[in-house]
Amino acid sequence: MSSTATQEMNLHFRVKDALGAAVVAGLVGLPMLGLTTRDGASGLEVQTRWALLAVFIAVAFTGRITLQMLLQRFRLFSKRRLRARPTSELTGNGSLVWAGAACVTFAVLLPALFAGNRYVVDTATTVLIYVMLGWGLNVVVGLAGLLDLGYVAFYAVGAYTYGLLSTHFGLGFWQCLPIAGGLAATFGVLLGYPTLRLRGDYLAIVTLGFGEIIRLVLVNWGDVTGGPNGISSIPKPTFFGLPMQASGDGPTFATVFGLDYSPGQRVIFLYYLILVLALLTNLLVSRLRRLPVGRAWEAVREDEIACKAMGINVTNVKLSAFATGAMLAGFAGVFFAARQGFISPESFTFSESATILAIVVLGGMGSQLGVVLAASLLVILPELGRDFSEYRMLLFGIAMVVIMVVRPGGLISHRRATVRAPGGEAKP
Amino acid sequence: MNQALQQLINGLTLGAVYGLIAIGYTMVYGIIGMINFAHGDIYMVSAFIAVTCFTLLANSGISSVVASIVVTLIVSIALTSVFGWTVERVGYRPLRGSNRLAPLISSIGISIFLQNMVQLTQGARVKSIPPLVTGGVNLFAGEGFHGPYVSYVQILIVAVTIVLMVAFTLFINKTAFGRQQRACEQDQRMMQFLGYNVDRIIALTFMIGAALAAVAGVMVTLYYGVIDFSIGFEAGIKAFTAAVLGGIGSIPGAMLGGLVIGLIEAFWSAYLSPEYKDVATFVILIVVLMVRPSGLLGRPEVEKV
Amino acid sequence: MNAAKPLLSVESLTMQFGGLRAIEDLSMTARAGEVTSVIGPNGAGKTTFFNCLTGFYKPTRGCVKLTHPHHGELRLDAMRNVHVARVGQVVRTFQNIRLFPRMTVLENLMIAQHNVLQEASRLSIAGMFRSKSYRRASEKAMENALTWLERLSVRDIANKPAGDMPYGVQRRVEIARAMCADPILLCLDEPAAGLNPRESAELTALLTALSREQGIGILLIEHDMSVVMKVSDHIVVLNHGKKIAEGPPSTIKANPDVISAYLGEDDETSSRHEAAQEKSAHA
Repeated sequence: MSSTATQEMNLHFRVKDALGAAVVAGLVGLPMLGLTTRDGASGLEVQTRWALLAVFIAVAFTGRITLQMLLQRFRLFSKRRLRARPTSELTGNGSLVWAGAACVTFAVLLPALFAGNRYVVDTATTVLIYVMLGWGLNVVVGLAGLLDLGYVAFYAVGAYTYGLLSTHFGLGFWQCLPIAGGLAATFGVLLGYPTLRLRGDYLAIVTLGFGEIIRLVLVNWGDVTGGPNGISSIPKPTFFGLPMQASGDGPTFATVFGLDYSPGQRVIFLYYLILVLALLTNLLVSRLRRLPVGRAWEAVREDEIACKAMGINVTNVKLSAFATGAMLAGFAGVFFAARQGFISPESFTFSESATILAIVVLGGMGSQLGVVLAASLLVILPELGRDFSEYRMLLFGIAMVVIMVVRPGGLISHRRATVRAPGGEAKP
Repeated sequence: MNQALQQLINGLTLGAVYGLIAIGYTMVYGIIGMINFAHGDIYMVSAFIAVTCFTLLANSGISSVVASIVVTLIVSIALTSVFGWTVERVGYRPLRGSNRLAPLISSIGISIFLQNMVQLTQGARVKSIPPLVTGGVNLFAGEGFHGPYVSYVQILIVAVTIVLMVAFTLFINKTAFGRQQRACEQDQRMMQFLGYNVDRIIALTFMIGAALAAVAGVMVTLYYGVIDFSIGFEAGIKAFTAAVLGGIGSIPGAMLGGLVIGLIEAFWSAYLSPEYKDVATFVILIVVLMVRPSGLLGRPEVEKV
Repeated sequence: MNAAKPLLSVESLTMQFGGLRAIEDLSMTARAGEVTSVIGPNGAGKTTFFNCLTGFYKPTRGCVKLTHPHHGELRLDAMRNVHVARVGQVVRTFQNIRLFPRMTVLENLMIAQHNVLQEASRLSIAGMFRSKSYRRASEKAMENALTWLERLSVRDIANKPAGDMPYGVQRRVEIARAMCADPILLCLDEPAAGLNPRESAELTALLTALSREQGIGILLIEHDMSVVMKVSDHIVVLNHGKKIAEGPPSTIKANPDVISAYLGEDDETSSRHEAAQEKSAHA
């Protein structure tokens, strides 16, 4: 066939395809964009916005044609590429280690690099909380392959433990940290136990249920938890016993170090605190991965039956994954409560669980660095969109879909082996 | 006794709605093994379409209630199905064949998108319409004694659900498409080799699920008269729970699960505490799954050793 | 050769699924240091038999006794699969390869030694702090894994993901992994399936060596008759869930029932059998 004929055919096909997209856009846009209801004099009235609908259809048409051309040009979705490259051949181990070191260095220097910019340090603190949560959930979902949709429950346990113990019994941040971790871990085991025999997706709904149960209990058991109003006046953590305030009963951080007190000090202190907690989390999880228990987590994810056939107690392995993940969320919860000074059930909804799960999957399950990247993205993107506050969440949803479609395996889908045989090639 | 019967009626009505939505979850899960988090929001969209349609008809002077309902049902089903198709085409089809969690995250993104889209285009406030179907009957009425009250709306909902279930069961079991759909659930690869357009079968499955959700949306609009953009999330979780409770992948199970949850909600709210009704639902789910790990009517998935 | 009690003793084993009798009244023995093959046409109940042995199914009737060097006599039919593997040291492979695909070959072998390592890591605490005893156990496990990799000729792919390997290689990794789990009874389900003749010959040599050197018992389900006849010290033949013959290869080869089970009967034999059946029915 002559090239002009194929070109014509191509064009014909493309136009047909784009027209299809336009029709769909019209049907979908009609009830949402084209029509809407407004409160009128006596009940609702229907309002028409044909111009808006027309624009939408036009955008859909041109967008579709553009997309087709891009796809053809760059062959983004050729079937071969979707079957991801063998995991062993992605980025070499070396480059990931360098990237990791660079991230840590940047994180340590951040307050100096952005001195005086409280907003940046604040945002970075939020990112680090999510990084810690992501690493914790990574143990359950990424390593052990247990689909936990109610992770926020353990986060809440940690936060409320600190909130209650500090306001009722005067316990300090550092004392509550281990208590909250232990309590959260216990909850992890309790919540994990009924799920042991369940298939992956049944497990999901049960964990989701637990998350909701915890939230509802927090909302309704007002006597203990303060109900929807939550708990306030939660004390901030101290620097080895020295409070970070303007003035106190005894020496404060400022007085001991001969500095003028400024609120910025507290912000920076909190930042380094979460940075330390996060780094310790990373250390713990990396170590555990290389220990028998960590390998067992991954083995159970790969093939439970083979594990049983080798005498591995799958129940204990799963429960240990739940407990470890829960404990880390508990620690994060304590920090969260301390930082905010105030907690309420509103911070512990299913949306939070979904966000943390999204971080783990977007990062590339099992990848530590991936979680850092994904958390940064998911926290910073909505912040950048603050100007478009109305469209913020809308774009956020779209971004989620787009990222998954473009990189279903996550940002970093490389798995590092926990143990290497020396050499690699056998000498004959 | 009265109270109990009343709650029974309320519970069954509510349960029927959950059941209709739950079928959508279970069908999608059965055929491509994914949990469609956006399904609840599809139901929410259909409710908004229903409100707009009812308002349009009312303000155009259509006074026949039956005509209004029929037209709205048709319009809502048609447009919501297109929504269902679009969601699958854009968010899930490109991810077919990749890992299990990617479509899940995509569906979460779509759920966020739909909720915010409706908020922006239709307003964040609640929408209410005057009740179209009023009145009802008192059962076992007698001298100074009246039994439970069944409203016509409730009768409508239950009747529509029964008709749909019968029609749907026949469709799935007797028609060619139903067979193809069930075959795809069992072995998608093979269907491809046999030359069936698996993409189309899956797309149609989504559309059918959306259609059923649309019926639920219209019914709910008639029943409560008040909707807002967040109803999808709540109903979605309940319906998904219903699907799992009944045994995910089983259509009668989804309806059964819906009815059970509707009844639990009604009875718990009435006799115990309304605040904890959702806790009760989840606790019962957990207990059932501990005893029957594949749900009430689910086929136990035996892994061949 | 072990003249004392047999390693494995199966007595009147019956496995019923609803109306289907998958195994009926099966009794057999297997000895340590020997290779025992279980053969029979498809559907004869061989894999079901393995599942009963290794605690994946609970037998309807009968018992399975294992003579363990330390624990004495163990009733495998009353034990769950995890315990059969862990306490009984009965390790099995599966008809479909069940490696851990995204983990490396070496990691697969290390996981086989999980229980030993987990013990040494003292609830991971000793492991976290890299205590001497843990490091020693870890090194020993690594040595063990590398030795078996070498033995099965898969040392060069130790660091590659197990799922990426070709079929024959995966089969060898499976056996290496099973050996790392320190079995006294090794149950292999169709290890020669899909292997070419050279690989089958290598497998035969390996199995003979393993049983003799390690003193373990090897139980084999296999269809490849060349392997079976060459490697087996003892053969059990199943058909329709029942044992139809048991003995050394020479006897089995000549057994008419075995031949007819596999090849079908010729007309003369079949009419003789029918006549015999009629006679016993009327008697």
